[in-house]
Amino acid sequence: MSAGFAFVPWNEGLVKPHLFVLLTFNPRIMAHTSTLYHPSISPPVDQIGVEERCARFQTRSIKNETKTEMLKLALSMIDLTTLEGKDSEGKVKQLCYKAMHPHDILPGIPQVAAVCVYPTLVRTARKALKGSNVKVAAVATAFPSGLAPLKVKLDDTRFAVEEGADEIDMVISRGKFLQGEYNFVFDEIAAVKEACGKAHLKVILETGELSTLDNVRRASDLAIYAGADFIKTSTGKIQPAATMPVTLVMLQAIRDYYYETGIMIGMKPAGGIANSKLALHYLVMVKETLGAEWLNPDWFRFGASKLANDILMQLVKQQTGVYQSLNYFSND
Amino acid sequence: MAVKSKTPATEPKIVSNGNGSAKATEPRIAVWKTYKIYIGGAFPRTESGRYYPITLSNGNVVNVCLSSRKDFRNAMTVAREAAHKWASKSALIRGQILYRMAEMLETRGAQFREELQWMGMTEAQARTEVEQAVDRLIYYAGWADKYQQVFSSVNPVASSHFNFSALEPTGVVAVVAPEESPLLGLVSVIAPVLAGGNSCVVLASESRALSAVTLAEVLSTSDLPGGVVNMLTGNLKELLPHIGGHMDLNAFYLHTSDAAHIKTAGELAALNVKRLITESQTNWSSPDAQSPYRILDFCETKTTWHPIGI
Repeated sequence: MSAGFAFVPWNEGLVKPHLFVLLTFNPRIMAHTSTLYHPSISPPVDQIGVEERCARFQTRSIKNETKTEMLKLALSMIDLTTLEGKDSEGKVKQLCYKAMHPHDILPGIPQVAAVCVYPTLVRTARKALKGSNVKVAAVATAFPSGLAPLKVKLDDTRFAVEEGADEIDMVISRGKFLQGEYNFVFDEIAAVKEACGKAHLKVILETGELSTLDNVRRASDLAIYAGADFIKTSTGKIQPAATMPVTLVMLQAIRDYYYETGIMIGMKPAGGIANSKLALHYLVMVKETLGAEWLNPDWFRFGASKLANDILMQLVKQQTGVYQSLNYFSND
Repeated sequence: MAVKSKTPATEPKIVSNGNGSAKATEPRIAVWKTYKIYIGGAFPRTESGRYYPITLSNGNVVNVCLSSRKDFRNAMTVAREAAHKWASKSALIRGQILYRMAEMLETRGAQFREELQWMGMTEAQARTEVEQAVDRLIYYAGWADKYQQVFSSVNPVASSHFNFSALEPTGVVAVVAPEESPLLGLVSVIAPVLAGGNSCVVLASESRALSAVTLAEVLSTSDLPGGVVNMLTGNLKELLPHIGGHMDLNAFYLHTSDAAHIKTAGELAALNVKRLITESQTNWSSPDAQSPYRILDFCETKTTWHPIGI
């Protein structure tokens, strides 16, 4: 990070000492002073290098026993998600049941990590999940566009927390970010973090709208410095959603921040991870980029709806030896 | 396939004349086709990277994909997606596409005759095989929008119901093609499955796989949506447990005379009670080699009780 600091010309009247402070002390302590993020602290991303590295993650040979354990781990990391306009209490209850009982016929499989719903359905989910360890995550801050005044976003957040959400998934203002208004985005995240109280904050970068990996890296750094507990790729409403290169860049941001401060940040790729094989590639990537400490639901999540059934089908395939059909798994 | 069947493949013999260009008098190096499998409208190699050799009558040896269970699994996934697409097309369009396949096969006749001769047929046999294969497609193209009327029924019932039975496609069918008849036999088993509105994953004749791959090229240029027919080449014994046991497969059309294979298939088919149809037909020129009842084998009958007079 200091290398980036040295090479960037400063002619925008920005206050250098602040950045010095940023790089010297734990920036989270400074979270409410202005000008806390400048893109120069984010190193440029070598796109070709990232793509090649991602291709390498997909060549690992994974033996059967390991595969079974990885599939179970991946299942336990899923944020089972339903984010549709037509969501109803019934649908959420069904999803919550699925979260607690993924496939009862199969012994020894874990529950998923969380159920992710809109704020108005948090209470339903909370009630349905009572007594289990499954968390309730709510998307807030005018999800998925994020185009609302800050006051509305904060109210949205507080409402979700009051209703019982353990985790808040917020969206950043991509328009402002792309216009270079980093301080605006930074302050917004910091304000939402404050509104979250005890709830964990996941910051959705919506990488499908950020155009370049450089932007992804910048948004990751910005979100981390502004107080994110987790950074998340996408809303699932925009294509492309989570991809391996984008996730790798975000993992690298988390790694660099960890080296700098010793603070761990979680990662959640969301959208587009529909099959087990891809999920296993992601786990390999996390292991080889961040290390084994991140390989649990506290630090890594999959935002997905179809992935759970595919993992279950693979687990049953492992057990029975025959390829499975979706007809025999709950449809939700 | 610009090369005549009797011309052996030439070894590359490029002689440098010192300034980097080859001598113009050297014979041209033949370009041989790679026989790949056909999944989802594309021609990938087997994911396993394995091949098996087939020695041809012209002395050439071709390497054909030895498909793995994962190739079959991948083909099943795309066949499932394509099944809805194909079934939702009108019967008329399905018939027209089958007719188009016949047209494409006819125009590629010379290529098929040549390949059949490489695989051991005489010129006359090859000619008959291709012509009958074209005719068979036309036969099922005609039946595609007629079998429903023949086999559907209005049923007399004792209650005040209008009771009728109509046919629906079974879904995804795995077809193990006949070993001896590499084109006519293959077409004869695929065409009724397609006419019935099903998608299929086909395991071609192991020892005579060439025309199956070339037929896949015909299919891919016949307006047949990708994934409706998927063509694998490989070994039946290896793939049988995976085909027979696949829980997402609706029917299994198995051509073999091996009693052990039939027994295994029957046991595995019971897992999800898929339809199992076994046959050991060898003479595909016989009159019973084509029949609308062969379409019926891959249809489900839906009977509706509609209340009347209430």
